[in-house]
Amino acid sequence: MRRRIVVVSAGLGQPSSTRLLGDLLATAAGDALLEEGLESGTEVIELREHAHDLADTLLTGFATGGLREALDRLATADAVIAVTPVYQGSYSGLFKTFFDVVDREALRGTPVLLAATGGTARHSLVLEYAMRPLFAHLGASPAGTAVFAASEDWGAAGAAGQGLTARIQRAGTELARLAAGRVNEGPRDPFADPVPLEQLLGTDR
Amino acid sequence: MQFGIFTVGDVTTDPTTGRAPSEHERIKATVAIARKAEEVGLDVFATGEHHNPPFVPSSPTTTLAYIAAQTERIILSTSTTLITTNDPVKIAEDYATLQHLTDGRMDLMMGRGNTGPVYPWFGKDIRDGIPLAVENYALLRRLWTEDVVTWQGKHRTPLQGFTSTPRPLDGIPPFVWHGSIRSPEIAEQAAYYGDGFFHNNIFWPMSHTKQMVQLYRRRFEHYGHGSADQAVVGLGGQVFMRPNSQDAVREFRPYFDNAPVYGHGPSLEDFSRETPLTVGSPQQVIERYAAMSDDVGHYQRQLFLMDHAGLPLGTVLEQLEILGGEVVPELRRIAAARKPAHVPDAPTHASRLAGSREAVG
Repeated sequence: MRRRIVVVSAGLGQPSSTRLLGDLLATAAGDALLEEGLESGTEVIELREHAHDLADTLLTGFATGGLREALDRLATADAVIAVTPVYQGSYSGLFKTFFDVVDREALRGTPVLLAATGGTARHSLVLEYAMRPLFAHLGASPAGTAVFAASEDWGAAGAAGQGLTARIQRAGTELARLAAGRVNEGPRDPFADPVPLEQLLGTDR
Repeated sequence: MQFGIFTVGDVTTDPTTGRAPSEHERIKATVAIARKAEEVGLDVFATGEHHNPPFVPSSPTTTLAYIAAQTERIILSTSTTLITTNDPVKIAEDYATLQHLTDGRMDLMMGRGNTGPVYPWFGKDIRDGIPLAVENYALLRRLWTEDVVTWQGKHRTPLQGFTSTPRPLDGIPPFVWHGSIRSPEIAEQAAYYGDGFFHNNIFWPMSHTKQMVQLYRRRFEHYGHGSADQAVVGLGGQVFMRPNSQDAVREFRPYFDNAPVYGHGPSLEDFSRETPLTVGSPQQVIERYAAMSDDVGHYQRQLFLMDHAGLPLGTVLEQLEILGGEVVPELRRIAAARKPAHVPDAPTHASRLAGSREAVG
């Protein structure tokens, strides 16, 4: 069955190195899936496009329009690649706001590749102290390898540049293995199958 | 079909003048608004229940009884009565008393309340919201239907041979609606008992309202109270009208932009598209609300929020004139023409009394 990879990019620049990292990871994961004999397709959620809707959702409690559609695509993804720039030592506020309005069960069991970009490699532990706990809270299954790309990685010749490429390949392969072994049946519809009242009353036999 | 208004009872600064009413003014305004609702021909006036500033209605039956003494026809109700933090024994007593005083011209709507700090003020915990609603309501029903109750549960002290007084008028307990915005358990509860279900959709898109109402209708049929389209459904609404729609938008925008709950968020235009808020001419309101039944089926009660966000009393009374004078008569006519014969009206004390006599006879 064809796997759907959803990239969530919180990059704001045009072009954005955060988006570029997301694209490279998606290609690596798609190639690795193909090696396992699985077709895949990639969809990208650019959080920049939903910035206003995200602020509205915090205030109204419901998501509408393009943001609702993006949240639905996320909840039905077979694998997710989440990429954020590092702002003030952590994921960006836009990135966190998006995951703040994600339905509580939407990512349970979903393989997720964590990735971040920043001006210096000294921020790379953001992946482990900020991003990984967030996705653990959401019940997702983050791949062991997370990828950080600092400014110096993009232009580096020789070993440094190859280091980023190698990390992208390894992470893509890990995500592909996780995605190959799982089919997302989609989130449970809370309105389809209510808990019977007698069970709530504790009087069911 | 019944049309009416429901008030939150907020004391909010008028953003155009910087003036907030005193609590005294707000409470008196609530009475004036209810009287006007009857005068312009509306069917229902409902008040919320809150126990924290900036809200005044902490004692709904006091206010409703006072209004009842000054009106003759309008049904007095709540939006909502807190079934979680109120003692079900006191609800049984208060609302049975109101039922006698009003000669049955009342009903009530159960709700949980979503303000966390309120729960501990009454010795409860918001995390028990659903179990409290389920247990307390089961007890409330017994207090109204059984003369002597011996009961034990988790959330209040046991009762031994207790009789709640006064007994319901004519032996018929007040009709109960259950209000919930997003809890399937409450739609299930309303369906189980064959009570009414009210979706206060004023801050929600119709796609969501539709899911909740459909769940309630399906389970109502499952429990054998009638077919799904015979279930008793109510919806909320929010409108602001002027003969010229541009004038309505211009006048209402500062209230919208600064309103509690959604203020400083989406634009009036976006919010109007996604929720039932309609700001425009009376004709636009008629078209929007006549179409609600396309999504939820024929329903029995439509309540409008007319007096929040700091709108001055004079404006609210003008709005009620337009609502009762131009909008509701037309909505009534459309609803009556569309209602299938087998779909019931909202139950009233009179209709339920007639029903019980028929059942006995």
